[in-house]
Amino acid sequence: MRVTVLIRPKAGILDPQGEAVQASLSTLGFAVSRVWVGRLVDLEVEADDPAAARAEVERMCADLLTNPLIEGFEVVVEGA
Amino acid sequence: MEPARIAVVTFPGSNDDGDARLALEALGAVALPVWHTDEQLSPEVGGIVLPGGFSYGDYLRCGALARVAPVMDAVRAFATAGGPVIGICNGFQILCEAGLLPGVLRPNRQLEFVCADVSVTVESTATPFTAGCEAGQTLVIPVKHGEGCWVADDELLARVVARGQVVLRYADDVNGSRERIAGIANEEGNVLGLMPHPEHAVDPLLGPTGGVPLLEGLVARAREWAALVRA
Repeated sequence: MRVTVLIRPKAGILDPQGEAVQASLSTLGFAVSRVWVGRLVDLEVEADDPAAARAEVERMCADLLTNPLIEGFEVVVEGA
Repeated sequence: MEPARIAVVTFPGSNDDGDARLALEALGAVALPVWHTDEQLSPEVGGIVLPGGFSYGDYLRCGALARVAPVMDAVRAFATAGGPVIGICNGFQILCEAGLLPGVLRPNRQLEFVCADVSVTVESTATPFTAGCEAGQTLVIPVKHGEGCWVADDELLARVVARGQVVLRYADDVNGSRERIAGIANEEGNVLGLMPHPEHAVDPLLGPTGGVPLLEGLVARAREWAALVRA
């Protein structure tokens, strides 16, 4: 089962990468006031159903994929 | 007197492990190379160094993958028992990811790799690593990192400051670290993480020697710790 994890910097956490990208977009003439840069992880998960896959991936996020001090995440299960 | 025996852990991508061993040997210790897949440490080990580098290519987050290496269970057990552990640069990042130290290290505020000799102030002498220093003493030690900006939320920061866990502070802002924190200890004081590289600052021929008191502190405590464990 294909599961996607969207990892975003938490609100209030300094995101210098996002700031640098925003500055470069502005240089190119785009009207963008804020940019946040996160990370996307696609996983093939062996699970019986979408709910089980979601629960498993949420555990992976807590254990390894994200650092709760600085990152929030969203789990998207394909076809769920 | 028995020499201090200090384990220096090498992960795939560590690159300051050799300098760490040389520095410890120069200060009279015996450095024991330990590989990341080793599940046990020699019972003679009195201290541990997690060296700098780019373990596992800094994939996912700096230190995140090293934290699950087989050797880390032994490191955690050693630290929890009270043995002295020092994490330098990437080692600091690993200790934070492992939850042995508070906070997390993020990309430098200025988004530039910083490589310079910097002045740090000793903020706490209540750790074995700074026991030989005076509070307020300035040490000059090189830094070289892209992700050394120590971050914690207001609550955690206040707690860490209140408990005297801030051990080293940059004299000038180097990377955007909160409160210019350069080195931080656990509550017990036996685990220290720092971005500056004391192992690169022990030989006057090569530059500043601000790393000497910190590593001498580790060596002295490692000798004591091994004796305590033997007894």
